[in-house]
Amino acid sequence: MENDMNVDVLVVGAGPAGLAAAVAARKAGCRNVRILERDDAPGGILQQCIHNGFGLHRFKEELTGPEYAQRFIDAVEEEKIPVQCRTMVLDISPGRVVTAMSPDYGIQQFKAKAVVLAMGCRERPRGALMIPGTRPAGVYTAGTAQRLVNMEGLMPGKRVVILGSGDIGLIMARRMTFEGAKVLACVEIMPYSSGLKRNIVQCLDDYGIPLLLNHTVVDIQGRERVEGVTVAKVDEKRQPIPGTEIHYDCDTLLLSVGLLPENELSKTAGVTLSPVTSGAVVDDTMQTSVPGVFACGNVLHVHDLVDFVSQESEEAGRAAWAYAAGTAKTAERYTAVLDGFGVRGCVPQKIGKTGADDKVAVSFRPGGVFKDAEWRIRDGENVLFKRKGRILTPGESIHVELPRKLFAEAESVTVEVVQEGVSK
Amino acid sequence: MTHDVIIVGAGVVGCSIARSLSRYKLNVLVLEAGEDVASGASKANSAIVHAGFDAEPGSNKAKYNVAGNAIFEETCRELHVPFIRNTSLVVAFSEEELPNLRKLLERGVQNGVPGLRIIGREELRTLEPNVSDEAIAALVAPTGGICCPYDLTFRSAENAAANGVAFRFDQRVETIEKTDGGWALVTGTGERFETRAVVNASGCGSAILNNQVSAVKYSIQPRRGEYVMLDKSESGCFKATMFQCPGPMGKGVLVSPTVDGTIIVGPTSEDIDSAEATETTAFGLDKMRRLSTRIWKKIPFRSAITTFSGIRSHEPSKHDFVLGEAPDAPGFFNALGVESPGLTSAPAIGRDMAKWVAEKLGAEAKAGSEVSDDVSLWPRIRESTPEQLAELVKKDPAFGRVICRCETVSEAEIRASIRCRVGARSIDGVKRRTRAGMGRCQGGFCSPRVIEILSQELGIPPEAVTKCGGNSRLCVGKLFDSETRSEGK
Repeated sequence: MENDMNVDVLVVGAGPAGLAAAVAARKAGCRNVRILERDDAPGGILQQCIHNGFGLHRFKEELTGPEYAQRFIDAVEEEKIPVQCRTMVLDISPGRVVTAMSPDYGIQQFKAKAVVLAMGCRERPRGALMIPGTRPAGVYTAGTAQRLVNMEGLMPGKRVVILGSGDIGLIMARRMTFEGAKVLACVEIMPYSSGLKRNIVQCLDDYGIPLLLNHTVVDIQGRERVEGVTVAKVDEKRQPIPGTEIHYDCDTLLLSVGLLPENELSKTAGVTLSPVTSGAVVDDTMQTSVPGVFACGNVLHVHDLVDFVSQESEEAGRAAWAYAAGTAKTAERYTAVLDGFGVRGCVPQKIGKTGADDKVAVSFRPGGVFKDAEWRIRDGENVLFKRKGRILTPGESIHVELPRKLFAEAESVTVEVVQEGVSK
Repeated sequence: MTHDVIIVGAGVVGCSIARSLSRYKLNVLVLEAGEDVASGASKANSAIVHAGFDAEPGSNKAKYNVAGNAIFEETCRELHVPFIRNTSLVVAFSEEELPNLRKLLERGVQNGVPGLRIIGREELRTLEPNVSDEAIAALVAPTGGICCPYDLTFRSAENAAANGVAFRFDQRVETIEKTDGGWALVTGTGERFETRAVVNASGCGSAILNNQVSAVKYSIQPRRGEYVMLDKSESGCFKATMFQCPGPMGKGVLVSPTVDGTIIVGPTSEDIDSAEATETTAFGLDKMRRLSTRIWKKIPFRSAITTFSGIRSHEPSKHDFVLGEAPDAPGFFNALGVESPGLTSAPAIGRDMAKWVAEKLGAEAKAGSEVSDDVSLWPRIRESTPEQLAELVKKDPAFGRVICRCETVSEAEIRASIRCRVGARSIDGVKRRTRAGMGRCQGGFCSPRVIEILSQELGIPPEAVTKCGGNSRLCVGKLFDSETRSEGK
């Protein structure tokens, strides 16, 4: 079959994760690296994120999404890494045979020595929340609305209520306002926002858009097009409180209620997924439970900042090449990293007792809002590391680089939040 | 021009009748109030092909259920519609429900349902390991099945159109009056249609139409059922359709696999004032959740991908289908009060209704060679092998461009669904014909692309593309459009 190809490192997805992984693999010495991308062009979701604020950590400057992506696209071009667009990967076998389809090449089968999963994530739709009401036009996830506005030049609506305070929802509150829409409210069921503080200030507060915490949408009206939504306050169990209903006349409801790593392909490869992150369980080289298959970016766990996606993906790219080249210093023993009180989704879930790098990156998301708290890593009663948190909040994940030898003695370590000196 | 037959309603019943009537030398027109086929009860139901143990013996429901079930497989094969005879189980949870289970068995036997038997706890557990521990027995109906209701409706319409039947949409029939040669129908657009015979298959509107021409009055009580669809990641939880035995807690709700691999849960049952009230409610969804846990203790509602409700047209005086010519209105035929098991019955109703109408009009059947079996079938990439895919893409590269990731639907399929005889004209029309947008992301990724394709194919600007016709426009205008920018404030 003419479309049979051997590849050393095959990267699935040309978003920020895939681009960074491919460049890192190349720079580490991989001559035969290839990226497959289902969209018409590389860049991933950043292409529709035309607002600025990207790259503060990595480049110490504020870039727009497309500008941030372009730096990596340029690097990919400089390194002459082939990016095959309009290509949908249909299947990844546990033996790393990757089947893909495109209008240009038909069906292709790649035999990859290592695979990097970088497919990104998708948005939770209305149906997942089971919001009662009619099912008219005008209910969009924030990212779909963002695509319509920024890529297609179409206006999804004029009077908008936003459910959920994820970052895309906040960004779209401002974007829709710029384009002449009236954003009536941003409604969040939790007592805190799941978005970045800076986005709440710059996208809601600056435009006088109210953020209603502890509220949710309890009804959607309108037969053909949205005509209104009803919002109600919720109790501690997140159940609507009768009598607290507020009605909004609006033609659009945007949803920013969570992102889910897109791991359908990972499942075909037999990769073990974490029920907490919905992404693969990985070691500190981003290797999944399937040898030679690595994962990085939002398909691994949902990130707040692309800067950390790039960093994590470079690790995955380097490690994938080492695996393909047969030079990987795979650890024989690992230290498990466990979520403790107030901590959700530590990545990686296990750290090699030995490895190529002396340092390992660990990240997690606080499970609630904690003021003047401290988070720490302990091995039984033995505290290995601790750090004071200004405010710990689920909207802002924590990233830290630590020496590998810190973990070397422990069977497992627990990452936890300690408030007022007591962990629960 | 005068038509021979006008069918009012392009649901599964109207389209089944249209297909059967297209076998006769008749000029047939279908008038539909909605913008597409299957835009009423046919798009929102349990998708169950009932075995026939539930209906009152001697009723039209019993007769057509069993007859419809018997020809369902053949009908689906002819129309290339997915159908799986997956068995229905009616589960009892307490000793006091057992007499009801036996009653269903006896009724089924009377109705002529083959293969019924009652099994105990252990066999039930072997058949369906996920059934709740409280289940103690079940009625097994091996002829129970599942199908795709929109596909059945749409392919029936396509085949009818291939055999000369015309379809007009957005034509709500408002008045009907007797003429010398038959009937004159006037629609909401003011258009007047003349015909020798009328078939009233207008669902929740069918009583209003009948009552304009006949002294035998009927009424329709719209009855709402709310559903939840779970992602196909839950596929395999049950093989059979799991009904609950009617008992002190009412009829309960069903949990069933669908032919597409998703899991359907529902319906509630609530009499409502308006046939338009297809909203879901907090009360209904909550009830549905509660009842479904009887069958499946740990039913994973975190896997919900959508909720919806369907309206059944219940006739409260007869509790039965009203089928055939109105006694005092020659040439006016009813398929009225066709609620559950209407989907199962549709092919048999279509067959008999066509025969009655043709006899009335003295129409001859077409010769076999004059009948087309075309249903505008297009290849589906998610059902193709890699070798078939390679061939398809070679022939038309648009098969290689995946538009809907969740359900693996290509650009070529979406274009075909618009270009066919009774083609899609909206996002929902494309969705029902191809499944684009029906998966776990619910159109988040593909809807902007489907808007673009619809805009190209229909020759309309993207902002004129609708979700489901009428004023259901997906976008209110272009960016930088001064009108768009000013009105929100």
